[in-house]
Amino acid sequence: MATTKLTPEVDPLLQAAANAAPAAGTETVQMPVGVPGYTLRQEPRQVPVTEPPVLPVNKDLQYIGKSPTRWDSHAKVSGTARYTYDMQLPGMLYAKFVCASVPHARIVSVDTSEAEKLPGVKGVYVVQHLLGGAVLRNPSLDPSKYPIVRYAGQPVAAVAATHPHIAEQAAQLVKVQYDAKPFVVDMTQARQPNSPQVFPGPADQAGSAGGGGGPHDVPQTGNVHGPSIHKKGDPEQGFKDADVIVEGKYTTQVQVHNALETHGVVADWKPDLLTVWASTQGTASVRDELAAYFKMPKSQIRVITEFMGGGFGAKFGAGNPGVVAAQLSKQTGAPVWLMLDRKQEQLSAGNRPSSDQTLRIGAKKDGTITAMQLISYGTAGCGTGAGCAGPVTHLYDSPNLHTEENDVFINAGPAAAFRAPGHPQGAFALEQSIDELANKLNMDPIDLRDKIDSNPVRRVERQIIRESALWKSRNPKPGAGAGSGYLKRGVGLSQSVWYRFIRMDSSAEVRVHRDGSIEVLSAVQDIGTGIKTVMAQVLAEQFGVPPQQIAVKIGDTNYPIGPNSGGSVTTASLTPAVRDAAWQASQKFLASIAPALNTTADDLVLTGGEVRSKSGKLQPVSFRRAAKKMDTDVVSAQAKRIPDYDPAKYDTYGGVDVAEVEVDTEMGLIHVKRIFAVHDCGRPMNPMQVKNQINGGLIQGISYALYENRLLDPKFGYMVNPNLDMYKIAGPRDIPQLDVHVIESYIGQSSTDASGIGEAAGVMSAAAAIANAFHNATGVRIRSTPMTPAVVLEALKQAPQRSETA
Amino acid sequence: MSDRTTLPQDLPEQTPAPENHPTQPVSGGGISRRGFLKGAGVTAAGSALLEGVQVFSHEAVAATRNGVKEYGPGAVPVTLTVNGKEHTLQIEPRTTLAEALRVHMGLTGTKIICDRGSCSGCTVLLDKTPINSCMTLAMDAIGHKVTTIEALSSNGGLHPVQAAFVKHDAMQCGFCTPGMVMTCSALLDQNPKPTEEDVRKATAGNLCRCGTYPRIFAATLEAAGTTPRNA
Ligand code: FES
Ligand code: FES
Repeated sequence: MATTKLTPEVDPLLQAAANAAPAAGTETVQMPVGVPGYTLRQEPRQVPVTEPPVLPVNKDLQYIGKSPTRWDSHAKVSGTARYTYDMQLPGMLYAKFVCASVPHARIVSVDTSEAEKLPGVKGVYVVQHLLGGAVLRNPSLDPSKYPIVRYAGQPVAAVAATHPHIAEQAAQLVKVQYDAKPFVVDMTQARQPNSPQVFPGPADQAGSAGGGGGPHDVPQTGNVHGPSIHKKGDPEQGFKDADVIVEGKYTTQVQVHNALETHGVVADWKPDLLTVWASTQGTASVRDELAAYFKMPKSQIRVITEFMGGGFGAKFGAGNPGVVAAQLSKQTGAPVWLMLDRKQEQLSAGNRPSSDQTLRIGAKKDGTITAMQLISYGTAGCGTGAGCAGPVTHLYDSPNLHTEENDVFINAGPAAAFRAPGHPQGAFALEQSIDELANKLNMDPIDLRDKIDSNPVRRVERQIIRESALWKSRNPKPGAGAGSGYLKRGVGLSQSVWYRFIRMDSSAEVRVHRDGSIEVLSAVQDIGTGIKTVMAQVLAEQFGVPPQQIAVKIGDTNYPIGPNSGGSVTTASLTPAVRDAAWQASQKFLASIAPALNTTADDLVLTGGEVRSKSGKLQPVSFRRAAKKMDTDVVSAQAKRIPDYDPAKYDTYGGVDVAEVEVDTEMGLIHVKRIFAVHDCGRPMNPMQVKNQINGGLIQGISYALYENRLLDPKFGYMVNPNLDMYKIAGPRDIPQLDVHVIESYIGQSSTDASGIGEAAGVMSAAAAIANAFHNATGVRIRSTPMTPAVVLEALKQAPQRSETA
Repeated sequence: MSDRTTLPQDLPEQTPAPENHPTQPVSGGGISRRGFLKGAGVTAAGSALLEGVQVFSHEAVAATRNGVKEYGPGAVPVTLTVNGKEHTLQIEPRTTLAEALRVHMGLTGTKIICDRGSCSGCTVLLDKTPINSCMTLAMDAIGHKVTTIEALSSNGGLHPVQAAFVKHDAMQCGFCTPGMVMTCSALLDQNPKPTEEDVRKATAGNLCRCGTYPRIFAATLEAAGTTPRNA
């Protein structure tokens, strides 16, 4: 493949850094940076002298960058993996929420007497403080004894009983009297001045450890919370300077996370310790919220998450199930199991906000962008977080930018961070507009992006795409797509961008025992992304033993603090701490055995399952036998994350995806035939797991593009498709061939140089790539999701856009 | 009993509950589909009627009405053959097989995800047929052999499908995995040399939110000795 175009220039600042004297306690090291085969070079970094030696690129490593099997795979395939949902403790009670049956009301009274009388019922609790959703800036505007009901399905009370059936029955016996208020569940209607108001005054929602939430310092008019305005340069002048302008309106639907394990906990309140098993993306976040809610010291709360069945951004903090289960456990003196059922999950546990976007892009004839403007409205239900300006702000270079994001309150469950918050919406509009611009300028969409996207890694990714058979098979003329009769074939691409977020609360402890066993401990949780495997690989590399021999103990706040897994932070944040701890523990280990081996620690290396002498003074000894010589029963080291070596550099990552579709123009069906995806995530620690996540991101993206849609009945304010029979998500027969290519992209930032992949895994680009392929196939723009047959047939009624032809 | 893997292509692949219980709907508005299922085995008075199922008389407190045995509504003793062993449980007749396995027997490898036959996370084998245990009353499993994920492999090691799932990393969070493994192993029992299309059809009712489908196809094909495409 051609590499000439991609050779980096020597950065004079880097040269200066290389020549400068290192700061006290640091040294200058050379680190691999760039993409092997394209842009790989060495760059200097100043790192603390306590850091382990620089890791070479993956091909020179034994365990990191390889794909050993998932560390907990046996437990997962054999059904022995125990999720929160599966917990059974002696004397445990099953709890069930009583949920609001109306979308907007003041609760007049809650009568629990009948429920309490039911044999087997051990506790009833009426919710006093509701978590989640926006909160009035001035709470006195809405005086009420109980939390105001702002959506159908809002938790009102809960019962705990000896059996789930009894709890279910008891929940039905709780009588709630409502003083119903007018409601609105349609965003367009909610924007009207005479619409019912979800909140009587301005209200704001905080984000979670996984992001989401909205700005607090914005105006609110009726149900419209915003705009949140960002301006760069002089957008007006930019549009005046443009040779061409593309403008479009795009709409996207509300998507529900639908992790297969619902939200919930098992809480066991003992006088001096509250133990909570939680299906969470952040053991720390659960402990923090419980400590704040119950005004307890963190040291009296232990949160455990050994396995969890998916989160996708919505599972942070204790939430209503967490605090209510803890409360019921305190009341009853028994452990309490409280998991949402599927309907409650869909109604109350978060969603991706909708969007209604108007995007304008101005450019010169050569493609140079002169200005971009995005005005967006979206609904996050009774919460905020519908902003979607991320892609337009970060993907392309524009001197002039103007974004206005608005949240529109409706009477529906609050949104939560959802895999790349705001980005699938934003990319759907932006990436189609860029495609449209390319067509207008008669430019190849890849050439145009080469002009306006300065990210060096995506440049390589586009190069790989450009040379792919799939891209070469694309007929550049929209609508001329191959395929006869009513079937039209098309190919289109879209890009992703995500950001390098690091959580400093990322620590690990590594212990080596005299029997030769090695363990690593951290409170971090594995949400399905495979961090357990990666931690084992990091230790394996350090100690020279296979990853299966490492005991990985995570998901317990008794261990050193771990990062909350949101925003693609886990691998990037935690693995350097793990490696630092492993490095220090290995040094202590060698120091501990060296005297017995009549040598010094610096003469010893750990490799191939053995302790070897550099000088050749002694015969190699197996690790296990060498460990017997330790002068103490266990050596251990704990390390925490240190800041990135050079945080100003390489602060985003992403990918480029190409979709091939076949449009059935009679039935309105879009068949996605294939997706070729090229993505980067720093150093891929376990390429098989990374690809698995990208498969998953693309599939979620396809599902979003074609199927998913939360439907609310405007007359009654209920969700009409609150289970998986009617809320369609992509199944095995809906997915195309996925060809995923992960490139190694070294950035020289930490002792592992790992980044994350969850958000940039294709979930944000699939819909736009499919829509661009649709345009390539039919010559028609489809500007709303989900692209159901009805939407497709409606779009096909339009004549192909006059101006948008190549 | 219908056979999931040989269903015609255009039918949903969910196997309905065995048809050996009366299906008289209960009256009353606002009943969920799931409530309907439970009601289907339960009269308006809340007890269960069983016909054509081999029940030993000492197992259940049975009243007789019109020559049909009636059980419940309280807990009744029921003996189920699960993973080769007989288990006698005290359960209400409305208890689904999934609930009996999970809540009463502690066999939590079987997951309840939608509780209404839409995700197949609760797949177990009834004799040799994969069924959604959330859509099957426990009493309807009387006289049948129930096999759950915990006992899929008879030799204590991994079943070939499980081993292939490990090798191909056919899981992320793993919550759908037991159901997937059960479906795929049942497929291979009935069709030892499936194509990818066969695997897609067999698993069509199994949902995975993490998106591990391509790996599941590859793993199942490998377990069958067919060469999978790299996924
Ligand atoms: S839980 Fe039984 S099919 Fe979903
Ligand atoms: S692996 Fe998570 S749902 Fe399938």
